Amino acid sequence: MALVNVKTKEVQVKIVYYGPGRGGKTTNLEYINKKYRERLKTQMVSLKTHDDRTLFFDFLPFDVGKIKGFQIVIQLYTVPGQVKYNETRKVVLGGVDGIVFVADVQLNQRKRNIESLNQLYENLKTHQLDLFKMPLVMQYNKIDLKNQNIPIIPSRIMQKDLNSHLKAPAFEASALKGGNVIPTLKRIVSMTLASIQDELF
Amino acid sequence: MFNKSQLDAIDELIDSRLMGSGIDCVILMNQAGNTIAEHNIGNTDVDVKAFAALAAGNFAAVDAMAKLVGESEFALLFHKGEKVNVHFSKVNHEMFIITMFNKQITLGLVRLKVDEVVNSILEICN
Repeated sequence: MALVNVKTKEVQVKIVYYGPGRGGKTTNLEYINKKYRERLKTQMVSLKTHDDRTLFFDFLPFDVGKIKGFQIVIQLYTVPGQVKYNETRKVVLGGVDGIVFVADVQLNQRKRNIESLNQLYENLKTHQLDLFKMPLVMQYNKIDLKNQNIPIIPSRIMQKDLNSHLKAPAFEASALKGGNVIPTLKRIVSMTLASIQDELF
Repeated sequence: MFNKSQLDAIDELIDSRLMGSGIDCVILMNQAGNTIAEHNIGNTDVDVKAFAALAAGNFAAVDAMAKLVGESEFALLFHKGEKVNVHFSKVNHEMFIITMFNKQITLGLVRLKVDEVVNSILEICN
């Protein structure tokens, strides 16, 4: 849950990019970091393996202005997507306020998307959180691969597989090229802030 | 969540007992990586938000290691550098306190002072 400091008038909000390995979670944060570099006060922190995969998390904080006199600091995290790092994913989800689920639209990733979403639901339960009550945005990433004749899953199937019950806002995206990365971010930030406004102010 | 008088009392504690002892930087934070209080003497240029995020991860990893060797937890960590040393201590299951200090202060003194402050913070929480 967001941390509110009534003395410094600061609210720290945690948004986690979750999804299967090599789906584009880190690429989302790298694009945001590149796009807003001049406006960000701090560097992006990445804990990676030697082959450049996320080991623990990526971390990128930024200010989004004030609500009712409180400075709002958004802290973006990714989780490691590899199956073996589920304990780490649970840790990173601690205190989460909003989630972007980054799914991979490649045809051969269909099963892994579903497994990852199911695991997200279970992992949130360990923190007494309910995915159905959590600000959530779906991102169907790597949509640009269809231009390279790589078989992809149509968005209506992605919606059916992942979003038929959750009914979260969904974006087709190309994180590598920046397509719909910022709209995804803006949507999850606004949903998360709306939810904490209801809870906190 | 702390109210303003609790935060004032915590700031006063950290100022008088830790910063007053010559410690360079103190961060009180929760397990999610959010900072509750930050004190810096001014001669350290630390990205506190990033440091807190990494420290939360560090503590979580060490907690998991403790369980693997049959311990319920490792309540403190210490990293020794050439110029800067970092001491991490649990306040309770939700909060940590991090102190950064130079070679002029001994680890023993830091541990003593941090223990006092941890107990006082727990009293404030209750």
